[in-house]
Amino acid sequence: MTPEATDTPRLVTSTASIVEVNDLAKSFGDLTVLDGVSTSFGVGRITAVVGPNAAGRSTLIKTILGLVRPERGRIIVNGHVVARDWDYRRGIGYMPQAGHFPENLTGREVLSMLKHLRGPSAELDEELLDAFALRSELGKQIRTLSGGTRQKLNAVIAFLFRPPLLILDEPTAGLDPVASGIIKDKIFRSREAGASILLTSHIMSEIEQLADSVVFLLEGRIQFDGPRLELQRLTGQQDVERAIAALMQGGLS
Amino acid sequence: MKSAGKILRYQLRDVIRGRWIVAYTVLFLLATDLLFRFGGSGDRVILSLMNVVLLLVPLVSIIFGTMYLYRAREFIVMLLAQPVDRTSLFLGLYGGMALPLAGGYVLGVGLPFLWHPGGEVGPALGVLLLTGVMLTCAFIALAFLVAVLFEDRAKGFGVAVLVWLLAAVVYDGVVLLVVTTWWRYPLERPLLALTMLNPIDLGRVLLLLQFDIAALMGYTGAVFQRFFGTWLGLTVAFGALALWTTLPFFLGLRRFRLKDF
Repeated sequence: MTPEATDTPRLVTSTASIVEVNDLAKSFGDLTVLDGVSTSFGVGRITAVVGPNAAGRSTLIKTILGLVRPERGRIIVNGHVVARDWDYRRGIGYMPQAGHFPENLTGREVLSMLKHLRGPSAELDEELLDAFALRSELGKQIRTLSGGTRQKLNAVIAFLFRPPLLILDEPTAGLDPVASGIIKDKIFRSREAGASILLTSHIMSEIEQLADSVVFLLEGRIQFDGPRLELQRLTGQQDVERAIAALMQGGLS
Repeated sequence: MKSAGKILRYQLRDVIRGRWIVAYTVLFLLATDLLFRFGGSGDRVILSLMNVVLLLVPLVSIIFGTMYLYRAREFIVMLLAQPVDRTSLFLGLYGGMALPLAGGYVLGVGLPFLWHPGGEVGPALGVLLLTGVMLTCAFIALAFLVAVLFEDRAKGFGVAVLVWLLAAVVYDGVVLLVVTTWWRYPLERPLLALTMLNPIDLGRVLLLLQFDIAALMGYTGAVFQRFFGTWLGLTVAFGALALWTTLPFFLGLRRFRLKDF
């Protein structure tokens, strides 16, 4: 049984977008990382940003988060122009590739630090705390926790404030199959609740399971941007892995 | 700016629970206590402590400062993805490092003066404590500047150690060279200016002037005493030392605000 049978990807291209990226350019020294990238991420959709290493995936994500300042171009997140403003990040839940927290704080303290920084908010989403059975670990200092446990804490934080936009960088990396299944379910449930999700992954089968849309970056340029099924149809391939491979070999020109 | 206090609160907790901050405090505690047991009077203890303080405080501050910021790097990214402005974050991180280090120093050096009979608290102890605190602040600001400027950790550590070497060792050599080369000329004013350009030298002069031995520094010493001995001199010297904190701090902050993470 293919995952589509249970979670049908959304085919409708919604007109509303949560993130709009316009002519984004960034280079580090001589290296051009983003070269005029324009795209938009639909509300209530799961969009996967894929591409080989150094294709500009993480730079694109980091410019949306305001961590990297682009040389050119404009980004609008949820109606806010990303420039000097920082309050728009209230609407974003970010899960970086690995969880790094102050070593001598407990998990509970890390959570309360983030709650303090966000200020009073509506009901928190602590579903993952229970799903990961993490509550018993919260009293321990971070340095005693395993990499997997830190990564789970990382996931809890991303979903905690019920943000309308979730940015998940390799959400299942370093997690066991049970935990990664929990995250995937959570991603679907968040979409049902109206959140928009932006994720990266190296695992093509995961993108096949999760993504409604795919943005494929190669050498700082967008090579494909559209519904995932469209990608498979255009390249005439059965699965995402082969479709992406076809794209990398210039199969779409 | 409103988030700075919240970040500071948790960073403080993290740093204070670290083992090295305890070790740093205990080191000063032991050194001061032992000096009392061997030496005796408070003045002599302060004089002996002076060189330890002038070398160790800047070294530890700049090394731990750079290490702290490099190690916090991924957490900084995590915090910057929250609704937090970069100025608040930089302030919170700086305070989280400077307060425990300065506090550990003051406790370590100050406490033995309370329980040893010879340790009457005079202006010399005040100057020693204040100088140490200001050197801590200055070298953590320098450490943050280095860590923000150099992406590569190994390079950053190298530069940090180099900065310390320059201020603690090389600078005096250069001053000596200047004096021996141009000994025919009146050098008091240029030397006064040169002293202002090095925080460690500033600390040393400020401390030496608390004792009668300033006269041992010869004619230049007399000039220093005439200048630094007055209220104006003290104010200028402490002002220059404070500038060594604010200047690197704001340069680091400016870079931090524009940096790509």
